[in-house]
Amino acid sequence: MSSLYQVLSPAGELVGDLKGQLDEATMIKMYENMVLVRQFDRKSINLQRQGRMGTYAPFEGQEASQVGSAMALTPGDWLFPTYRDHAAAIVHGQSMARVFLYWMGHMEGSISPKHLNIMPSCVPIATQMVHAVGTAWASKLQNEKHVSIAYFGDGASSEGDFHEALNFAGVFQTPTIFFCQNNGFAISVPFSQQSASKTIAQRSAAYDIPGVRIDGNDIFAVWLTMKEAMQRGLEGKGPTLIEAVTFRYGAHTTADDPKKYRDQESLSEEWRQERDPLQRLRVYLENQGLWNETKETELIARVNEQIDAALVEAESYPKSKPEDMFKHVYAEPSWMATEQESELVKPSKQEGIPA
Amino acid sequence: MKRKLTMIQAITEAMDQKLADDSRIMLLGEDIGVNGGVFRATEDLIHKYGPDRVVDTPLAEAGIIGAAIGLAMNGKIPVVEIQFLAFIYPGFEQIVSHAARMRYRTRGQYRVPMVIRTPYGAGIRGPELHSESVETFFAHVPGLKVVAPSTPYDAKGLLIAAMEDPDPVIFLEPTKLYRAFKQEVPEEMYRVPIGKAKVVQEGSDVSIFAWGAMLRVAEDAAKQIERENGLSCEVIDLRTLYPLDRDTIIASVKKTGRAVVVHEAHKTAGLGAEIISIINDEALIYMKAPVKRITGYDVPVPQFSIEDDYLPTAERVKDGIMETATF
Ligand SMILES: Cc1ncc(C[n+]2csc(CCOP(=O)(O)OP(=O)(O)O)c2C)c(N)n1
Repeated sequence: MSSLYQVLSPAGELVGDLKGQLDEATMIKMYENMVLVRQFDRKSINLQRQGRMGTYAPFEGQEASQVGSAMALTPGDWLFPTYRDHAAAIVHGQSMARVFLYWMGHMEGSISPKHLNIMPSCVPIATQMVHAVGTAWASKLQNEKHVSIAYFGDGASSEGDFHEALNFAGVFQTPTIFFCQNNGFAISVPFSQQSASKTIAQRSAAYDIPGVRIDGNDIFAVWLTMKEAMQRGLEGKGPTLIEAVTFRYGAHTTADDPKKYRDQESLSEEWRQERDPLQRLRVYLENQGLWNETKETELIARVNEQIDAALVEAESYPKSKPEDMFKHVYAEPSWMATEQESELVKPSKQEGIPA
Repeated sequence: MKRKLTMIQAITEAMDQKLADDSRIMLLGEDIGVNGGVFRATEDLIHKYGPDRVVDTPLAEAGIIGAAIGLAMNGKIPVVEIQFLAFIYPGFEQIVSHAARMRYRTRGQYRVPMVIRTPYGAGIRGPELHSESVETFFAHVPGLKVVAPSTPYDAKGLLIAAMEDPDPVIFLEPTKLYRAFKQEVPEEMYRVPIGKAKVVQEGSDVSIFAWGAMLRVAEDAAKQIERENGLSCEVIDLRTLYPLDRDTIIASVKKTGRAVVVHEAHKTAGLGAEIISIINDEALIYMKAPVKRITGYDVPVPQFSIEDDYLPTAERVKDGIMETATF
């Protein structure tokens, strides 16, 4: 149970079977996407430091898990990200400008592109998991060939909602994919202190659903596992729990200082040297003659241009107006809120001094 | 010796002193041990008291609060930290169905002496669901006491009182004030009684009621209006939201005949409505004008690009004061 499913080794060598499923174009796209989101992540941290963005949750180190899983999806699938899964959202089609907007404190950053079902970043831990059971259940009842994927962390597996979600999905055999990025920490608490079970994948046994533990830094393993889980779901065989073992190099958020609870630098350095998801795919692609330094330079320039354009779009988005907070609270605004709104824009009426 | 502390330092000191004083006290929460809590309220306490008394728990609010209830029933005094008020919701059932009712259900046989501490309120540019002010949820539930200090001095004294209280106490810490200013705080253990409001400033024309971060806004407005219009405001920090200090509220409005309530919680069914109701019941004939409420709106606390527009400001409070004054 605690062994990891791996297809591409950290040294960039194939150690598993691609099952004839992964073509070269897809592999190149995987690499390009991972580079894009890594640059995006770094840019976001810089923007936060410059005061152009609020608190931000970085994911560097987890690119293979997020990119690989999102690339396996099809447009009608439902994606439930946490506050850390913007890479998955971007790869599935969310605009980078919207992601920037969200972190700049605008609700409009949560709007999904029309033809996709990308849910807003979920802040309360594990709560989105039950929603992914519901959407998948509806897809099944309505005979729509779509899966729902809920992203979550290792810490989330302690919340009641995790267990209720798995139980429901098992009972109703919903096409839900529970995708855990086990990055070893829930803020300061290491997994060993989060749970007495050795793995998260083994929890699936309690609900009698398939559970797999994979190398979350191996994008081939992620992608192939996802494809299998999707197929199972679409064939009416129910949910899958995927535990992608990975690591996040940086802090929990830009407001957190991990030096207090983990050996931040050396742990990150070790993962970077030995298990980096981008590096291993790059080595593989180079060995296949599919990648080189020129392509790399050209790619970096191209993604940086895209990111800069998204930033310009986000920063030139109209500023939120105070009255915007009253919009969309109900289909029809309540009289209380309408009255309050008119008070909001009412000019100060300090006229006379009392008698 | 005179020392000045921030509110967060005062809170840490209260827990530190009670941990030393009473071996039944235990702290529980997410990231409160090695990390010292996301706001560092429990900084270094794990090193002083060890991981059995300052416990890094799994990420499970229902688990933390539920376990704390059991600990409290069986001789411990758990002090729980919930990282932000909105994250109390997974543990809400434990609070209302169990913590609040255990004494009642067991006809006094079991008690649940515990404290749930949590940062609350807006104005810190936090992400979604990091700025809520839903004290009404708890003030509405019989069996709970609800406390919200607005100064370092009160925070220490009230927290010590909460840890010595025989009933469950929801202790709401205004995030915005954690490090906003320092105040002289005595080194020894002292108590600020739960259930007692404080007249922060005496006045004769209007009573202003507030708590938590809004106290500062109320004080600001009172100062400005005194300067600009010569109105004398009595500013009252309620400090405890359940049980409300009815006597202090009534004594003040009997004197002034006018009142303004300031809270950042949503307006409808916010505590302002309760305070008005108390005034209606006990002091209606003394009133020269309807009581005004200056509050947050009936909308989710917005993302930080327009968060400041949600929060009551001194300007809005001044308008409210003038409305009652010119009624
Ligand atoms: C219900 C709830 N409780 C607490 C928090 C505060 N909090 C935010 S992230 C986090 C840790 C999450 O860890 P994990 O699930 O492993 O995900 P990761 O951030 O490591 O990706 C905590 C405790 C929250 N957002 N929601």
